[in-house]
Amino acid sequence: MSRLIKLAYYLGSLVFLLGEIISSFFSRQKKNLLDIINQMIFLGFDSLGLVSVVALFTGIIIAFQSAYQLQRLSSEIYIASLVALSLTRELGPVLASLIVAGRSGAAITAQISSMKATEQLDALKTLGAEPVEYLIMPRFIALVVTLPLLIVYADFLGILGGYIVGGSKFGMSFGLYFRMSLEALQFKDILAGLIKSFVFAIIIGLISAREAFDASGASEGVGIAVNKEIVRSFIMIIVADCFLTALFYSILR
Amino acid sequence: MIEIHNLYKKFGSQEVLRGVELNIEKSSTHAIIGRSGCGKSVLLKHIIGLLQPDRGDIFIEGVNIVGIGEKEKKDIRLKISMVFQESALFDFLNVEENVGFVLQRYFPWDRKEIKERVRESLEMVGLYHIEKKYPKELSGGMKKRVAIARAIAFRPRVILYDEPTTGIDPIGADVINSLIVRLHDQLAITSVVVSHDLGSVMKVADTISMMLGGRIIYSGRKDDLSLCHDERVEQFVSGSRQGPISAQEV
Repeated sequence: MSRLIKLAYYLGSLVFLLGEIISSFFSRQKKNLLDIINQMIFLGFDSLGLVSVVALFTGIIIAFQSAYQLQRLSSEIYIASLVALSLTRELGPVLASLIVAGRSGAAITAQISSMKATEQLDALKTLGAEPVEYLIMPRFIALVVTLPLLIVYADFLGILGGYIVGGSKFGMSFGLYFRMSLEALQFKDILAGLIKSFVFAIIIGLISAREAFDASGASEGVGIAVNKEIVRSFIMIIVADCFLTALFYSILR
Repeated sequence: MIEIHNLYKKFGSQEVLRGVELNIEKSSTHAIIGRSGCGKSVLLKHIIGLLQPDRGDIFIEGVNIVGIGEKEKKDIRLKISMVFQESALFDFLNVEENVGFVLQRYFPWDRKEIKERVRESLEMVGLYHIEKKYPKELSGGMKKRVAIARAIAFRPRVILYDEPTTGIDPIGADVINSLIVRLHDQLAITSVVVSHDLGSVMKVADTISMMLGGRIIYSGRKDDLSLCHDERVEQFVSGSRQGPISAQEV
C-alpha cells in the first residue's frame, strides 16, 4: 500500500512539475532562445549518430525476421510494409525515446543534480532565477521539439535498413521498396508515432528534472539520480507505449 | 536591519533551529560562529528566503519575510545577496555572465552598462581581465572573489557570507577577509559572516553571535567576546576539547 502511495505521490509531483514548466513558459521573463537552440543541438542533434546506428540495424533485423516468415508464403515483397509499419507505429518512437532517455535525459539529470550538490541551484534562486524556468524549461522545449524529429529520422533510417535486406537479398528495386513502404503507411500511423514521441519527450523531460531536484548528497547522489532517471524513464516509456498502443488500436483502426 | 524571533526549523526528526533570537544592526558586520553542523548555514538560508521556518519571524528592514509570496520574495532577494561556501559559480557561464547575471535579468541596462558594472565589480575584488574565463579555469580563491563580485554587482544592502575562507590557503583567506572589510566600508553594506574560523571572524566582524544546538547562546561586540564567562563560549574560543561542549555535540 505504501508503495502505491509513493507511486501516486511521485506521479503527482510530475504533474505539478509539468504545471510549473508550462507556467514558466508563459511567464513574462524573456526566453533565452540561444539556450533553447543549444539544448536542441545537445539533446537532439548530438543523438543523431546513436539513433542512426540503432534505427538502421533495427530495420535490417526486422526485415530479416519478416523475410523468414514471409518466404514461406512467397510474400517477401511485403517486407517493406512490415518494416515501415512496425517502425513508424512502434519501434521508431520507442527505440529513439529510450536512446534519448539514456543519453540526453541522463545528461540533464547529471548536470542539474551536480549543480544542486554544489549549491548552484540555491545561488540561482538567490539571484532571482527559478531553476524550473531557467534550467528545465529550455531543456523541456528542446526535448519536445527534437524527439519527434529524431523519431521521423529514425523511421526513415529503419526503412532504409529494411531496403538493404530487401534490395540485396530479394532483388527489390529502391523505387519498388519505397513505394511499398509508403503504400502500407497511412496518415494515422505517422500520427500515432508522433503523438507517442511527444508523450515520451514529456516523460523524459519531467523524470530527468524530478530526479535531479530530488538528488541528495554529492557524487554518490548524482550517480543515484542518474540511475533512477534511466530506470524510471524506461519503465514509464514502455508503460505509456502500452497504453497509447491500446488506445490507438481502439480509436485509430 | 535584520531581526529574527523565535525561529524553529526541523529536518525530519532533527531539530536544527530551536528558537533563534538575533538582531543585526544596519551597516554592521555581524559574525555567527559555532561548531560545524550547529545550524549557522541553515540560519543564513532562512534570512535569504531559501528555507522557510516551521515557526518564528524574520524581519528585513521591518518586513516579515516568512510566508510572503514569490514576487515579494524576489524583491527581498534583490536587497540581499549571498556568497556560498563553494562559491557556487554557474559552471556553464563565464565570469562576465556570472557577475552580470542579475543585471541582465532584472536591470533595464544595455550591454555596455552591464559590462561596465561587471568590470567595476571585478576590480573591487582585485580581479582584472578575466571576464571571458570559465569557473573551471580559476583557482579556489579567485572563484571566491568572483562570487563576491557577483554578490555586489547589483549593490545589495545585505551580503551573507557562508564560510568565506573555508578551503582557501591562509594568504588567500586574508585577502578575502580584507575584501569583506573594504567592501563593507566602501559600499556601507550590512554583512553577515558565518564561520567557524575565529581568526577570520575577529578580523572582519563588529559584533559576534555564537550558535550552539540550534540557539544563539552569545551575542555581543567583538571585543567583549574574550570577557564572556559562559563556559561554552570560553571553550569554543580557546578551541579546547575539554569543557561543557562534548566532542560529539553539534
